[in-house]
Amino acid sequence: MIDFINFYLFPALAIGSVYALGAVGISMIFGILRFAHFAHGDLMTVGTYGVLAAAAIFPVSPLLLVPFGMALAIVSALAVDKVFYQPLRKLPTIYTVISSFGVALIFRSLVQLFWGSQNQVFNSGGVRPPLVLFDTFRVSVLHVQAVVATSVIALLLHFFLSRTKTGRSMRAVSDDPELAQVAGLDTEKVVRWTWIIGAALAAVAGMFAGMDTSAHPNLGWNLLMPMFAAAILGGIGKPMGAMAGGYIIGLAEELSSYNWIGDSALISPSYKTAVAFVIMIVLLIVKPQGLFKGRLL
Amino acid sequence: MELTGLFFYLVSILIAGGIYALLCLALNIQWGMGGLFNAGIAGFFAIGAYTSAILTTGGSAKHLGGFGLPVIAGLVGAAVLAGLTGWAVAKICVRLKSDYLAMASIGIAEILRLVIVNESWLTNGSLGLAGIPRPFGDYVSGRSADLVFLAYVWAIVLVVYLVAMRLYDSPWGRSLRAIRDNEESAAAVGKNIERYRVQTFVIGCAFMGVAGGLSAHYFRFLSPSATDPLLVTFLVWVMLMAGGSGNNRGAIVGALGIWTLWSVTEIFTNRLPPEWITRSSYIRMLLVGLLLQFVLQKFRSGILPEKSPPLRFRE
Repeated sequence: MIDFINFYLFPALAIGSVYALGAVGISMIFGILRFAHFAHGDLMTVGTYGVLAAAAIFPVSPLLLVPFGMALAIVSALAVDKVFYQPLRKLPTIYTVISSFGVALIFRSLVQLFWGSQNQVFNSGGVRPPLVLFDTFRVSVLHVQAVVATSVIALLLHFFLSRTKTGRSMRAVSDDPELAQVAGLDTEKVVRWTWIIGAALAAVAGMFAGMDTSAHPNLGWNLLMPMFAAAILGGIGKPMGAMAGGYIIGLAEELSSYNWIGDSALISPSYKTAVAFVIMIVLLIVKPQGLFKGRLL
Repeated sequence: MELTGLFFYLVSILIAGGIYALLCLALNIQWGMGGLFNAGIAGFFAIGAYTSAILTTGGSAKHLGGFGLPVIAGLVGAAVLAGLTGWAVAKICVRLKSDYLAMASIGIAEILRLVIVNESWLTNGSLGLAGIPRPFGDYVSGRSADLVFLAYVWAIVLVVYLVAMRLYDSPWGRSLRAIRDNEESAAAVGKNIERYRVQTFVIGCAFMGVAGGLSAHYFRFLSPSATDPLLVTFLVWVMLMAGGSGNNRGAIVGALGIWTLWSVTEIFTNRLPPEWITRSSYIRMLLVGLLLQFVLQKFRSGILPEKSPPLRFRE
C-alpha cells in the first residue's frame, strides 16, 4: 500500500497537474474559438525550450525562469493566431483545425532547428533527495512543486474568470458568442486573453513535464491525447472541469499500471496513453458533454 | 549509364507517387466529398501495411505469419481490416462536431503505433517484418521488377480513380456533397446523414489500407518507422489541399506534384555539408507546414478546383 502511494499516487498527481494545466488551455480555446487546437502540445514544447534556453544563461533553478518560457509561448501563440488562424476565422472552424495541425509541425520543426532533436536535461542543481513524510511516504520535491503550483494557478484563474471584467467577458463569449457580440463585448480582446492564458499555462505544464523526465521536441505532442481527453472529460468551456479532468486522467493512467491483481501490472505501462484514449472514446459514446455539464459543440 | 539511373529514379518517384495518389483519392472521398477530417491516415495505412505483410509472408518464428497468401489477397485483407477500424471510429464520432473525429482518428493512429512497437509476437516490434513478396515476384527480378510493380500500382490507382469518379457522379455522391455543404437541408429532404458519413469514412479507410499494403510490398520490408505520421498523414493532407479537395484528378495531381517536390529537394539537401543534413530535414518539415498555411489561406480550391458533376435529364 505504501508502495502504491509512493510510486503510483504521487507521480499520478504530478502528471495530472501537467495534463490539468494543458487541458485548461485546450478547453478554453475550444470553448471560445470553437476549434480543437492540435498545436497545443507543441506550444507546450515551445514554452519548455524557452525555459531551457534561459536556464543556459542564468544558473538558477528552472522554476524561477518560467516567465521566459511563458513569454516565448505567449508571443508564439499570439503570432500564430494573428498570421495563421485569424484569416480563417470566417470559414468553418474545421479549416482552423487543419491549420493548427500544420502549426504543430511548424512549432516542432522550429524547436528542432534551433535546439536539435536530442533529449535535454534541465540542470536543477543535482539530484535532490525526496521529501520523507512520517518516515513512510516519499515524494519528489518536483512533484510537490507541480501540485502546489497547479493549485495556486487554479485559484488565480478562478478569481480571474469570476471577478475581473475580462474574465467575465471570456465566460460570456464562451457561453454565447452572438449574444456577447451584440452586448458589445470586445471579442478580439477576449480571444487575445484566451491565447495568453492558454499559452502561459502550457509553458508551466511543459516545464514540469520536461523537468520530470527530459525535454525533447516530441514532449508536447505525446501529451496531446491525454490533454484532449482531460478537456472533454471536464466539459468543453469549463476550465475548472478541465483541471479536474487532468487529474482524473493522470490517476487513471498510473492506476491502470499498478499490480492490482497478482504481480504484474494491470495494463502494461507502455499502453498508458491508450488509457486516456479509451476514456475519451467511452466518454464520446456515453456522455460527450463531459462530467461537469460542458457544452457539446 | 546516367540515363538509366535517371529513368529508374523516375520510376521510384512514380511508384511512391502512385501510393500517395491512392491515399489522396481516399482522403478526397472522406474530406473532399464528405467533409470528414481524418487526422489518423497513418493509422489506417499502418493497419493495411501490416495486414497485407502478415498475410503474404512465409513462416517466421519471430512474428505471426506463414500464411503465404497471394499479394492480391493480402491487399483485400488490408482493405477489410482498415475499413472495419474506420467503421468503429466513424460509428462513435460522426454524430459529433468534426473536431472530435479528428481527435479520435489521431488517437487511433497513436495507439496503433504503440501496438506495433510493443506486440512483437504480431509485428516483430521495431525490428520489422522482412521478406514481404511483391506481386508476380516469381516471374520477374531485378530492375524489371520495379517496372512491373509500377504498372501494378498504377492499375490499382486507375481502379480506385474509376470507383471514386463513379461515387462522385452517383446519387450517393451528390447526397454526400449536399450533406457536406448544408447538413440541415439534407436532413430535411430525408437523407440519413449519419449513415452516409459512416459509409464515406469506411470506403476512404479501406483504400488507405490498400495503399499501406502496397507500400509494404514495394519496400519488401516493414518497420514502425514506415508509418511515420509526418510522411503519411501530413504530406497527404498538403497534397490534397494543394491539388484541389473535391476533385479526384486534383488529388492525383497534388500527390504527384508534392511528392516530386519533396523527393527533388532531398537531392539538393543531401549535397549540403554533414552538419546541415540533419537540419535540412527540419527545414523541409517547416516548409511543408508553411505550404499548408499558404494553401489554406490563399489557394483553398487547389490546382484543379472542385466541379459539380453535370446534370443529366432522362428523356
